[in-house]
This record gives sequence, structure tokens and C-alpha cells, in this order.
Amino acid sequence: MIRIGVVTFPGTLDDRDALRAIRLAGAEGVALWHGDPSLHGVDAVMLPGGFSYGDYLRAGAIARFAPVMAAVIDQAKVGMPVLGVCNGFQVLTESHLLPGAMIKNNHRTFICREQQLSVENTATAWTGAFKPGERITIPLKNQDGQFVASERTLDQLEAEGRVVFRYQGWNPNGSRRDIAGVTNEAGNVVGLMPHPEHAVEKGFGPDSEAGPRTGIDGLRFFTSVIAQLTKEGALK
Amino acid sequence: MTRVVVDVMLKPEILDPQGKAVAAALPRLGFTGFTDVRQGKRFELTVDGPATPEVLAQVRQAADTLLSNPVIEDVVAVRVENPADDAGQTGGPASAASGAAK
Repeated sequence: MIRIGVVTFPGTLDDRDALRAIRLAGAEGVALWHGDPSLHGVDAVMLPGGFSYGDYLRAGAIARFAPVMAAVIDQAKVGMPVLGVCNGFQVLTESHLLPGAMIKNNHRTFICREQQLSVENTATAWTGAFKPGERITIPLKNQDGQFVASERTLDQLEAEGRVVFRYQGWNPNGSRRDIAGVTNEAGNVVGLMPHPEHAVEKGFGPDSEAGPRTGIDGLRFFTSVIAQLTKEGALK
Repeated sequence: MTRVVVDVMLKPEILDPQGKAVAAALPRLGFTGFTDVRQGKRFELTVDGPATPEVLAQVRQAADTLLSNPVIEDVVAVRVENPADDAGQTGGPASAASGAAK
């Protein structure tokens, strides 16, 4: 069975939801601890949302130097799939595994809503189960969610197809070019502000055409990476 | 005892939501005429001895790796301050030493 690690930092909120989402998608969720430098042989890692180390200094800035992150960074650089959600996305930008940075929302308030996204890149480790251009609904909740980068970096991301998700309908935090999520050059590291782990089970997800709280678009982030890792395993 | 102060500001091209909030509040209190406000961070790092070149080199390294994120922020100043100066005390040998380091 594919094993996906979920890192808990002091102040992480969504690690349990993430582990549950991984189980529902058909993999084994492995709890990883910020102070433990070992990844315990997992096949992929997810950095969940929350307020690591209180988000003092900058969101994700202190978590980036936690012992577990040295292993995450090493493995990410040799192709291990890594997904960062919300605070996890901020940790990945602070680690320079992903470009850009997150600053406070342009309206300066915390926001929580069911957010429509378009899937712009289905070639990453975490988006293979989506159709190009597909609209999905994923819950979003953040204070520091405004994605910023230099114009040069933004142009480069667009040219290389590294914008993975874009906000549709309304840009909830002032992110440059409506960018909700990006990937690294190799496509194994993906970060986004919305929370796929909150849209994996009927009865608890966002509203969808099928009815209230029936949205499970988030599940395919995890089935995508499971399919990719299974295929790679079969080739080995 | 010596204090090294590090000032970090968002890069000029990055929108500063906190500064904008302050700028919007000022006129409500009658403080008019300010065309822009930008809010930054000030770090005070205290060391036991004087601010040697090694200490300052460490501070600069910390400023670039942890205290600031070069994607969005600039380290605009690293300077030595003597806490005794703030207290209005007359300069003894210690303050003279750190004063020389300025």
C-alpha cells in the first residue's frame, strides 16, 4: 500500500483531516513529527494547514527550519511528491521549494468560503486525475493567502505552465494573476491555499450540483498521487 | 551588553496591507497629509559582549536567512545600539566600546 506522510508542526490544525483524506483515497496515512528528522520510508509527504509555530515572524518561516524539513527538502529535490496546503504551501515557499511568497490578504481579514478553482496543469504528481481546465470546488480559509512574486517570476511560471490552480469567480485574497496554486519545475512539489482534505467525503464537503455538502473534488488530489506512485512502483 | 537592531521592510513593489490599514485610520483621527504608510519589522538582538565583526556577520546572516524572506522583504538596516544610551546614562567604558563599534 502507498504510504503518505503528514507532518505535524506545533500549531498545525488539519493533520487529522489530511490523514483521514489519505485513508479515504486508499493509501496509508503516516503521522510525521516536526522534531523527528526521519520520514519513516513514506512514498509522499503532505504539509497540512494551520498556524505552525503560531506563524510568528512570517507564516511558515520557523517551520521551514524544523528537523523534519531537511528530509522533506532533500527528498523533494529527488522527486518525492510533496503537497503543501495553506500553511504547508507557505512552508514550501519559505523553503524555496516553490517560488513566490504569501502575504496578508489584500482585504486584511480572515476568509473562509467554498472556492471555485480551475485546474490549469494536470501533469503534476497531485493533479493527474483531473481534466485540463476542469472547475472544482475546494474550501478555502486563510489570513495570509495573497500569493506574490516578481513580474519576471510570474511570467516564467505562466510560460512553463507551473500555475496549477487559478481562482475562479472571485479572487479571495488578491493573489497575483488569480494564482491559487503552483508547482516546481519537476511537477512533484505542489502548493495551494485551498484545502482539498476538507472535500473528500459526502456529508462533510462543500455544496455541489449533487446537493448540499456533497463535494468531494479534494479526493482526487490524493487518488492522483496514489495512481502516479503505483505506476512508478510497477515500472521499478 | 550590546544591542544590534535589524530593520526589515516589505519590498517597495509589494503591497503592504497593514500599512494601508494604518494609512486609512490616520485621517479618521485628524492626522492628515500623509500620502502613504508602510509597516515594517524591527528586531533587537542582544549579545553579552561588544558587537564584534563576527557578531555583526552572524546578525547579517540571520537577517538574510530567518529574519527576512528575500522574495518579499529587504533588510534595510543592521546597526548597533547601546541600551545605556536609551537610559540616558553617562558613558562608561562599556558604552564607549560599543559606541566605537557604531
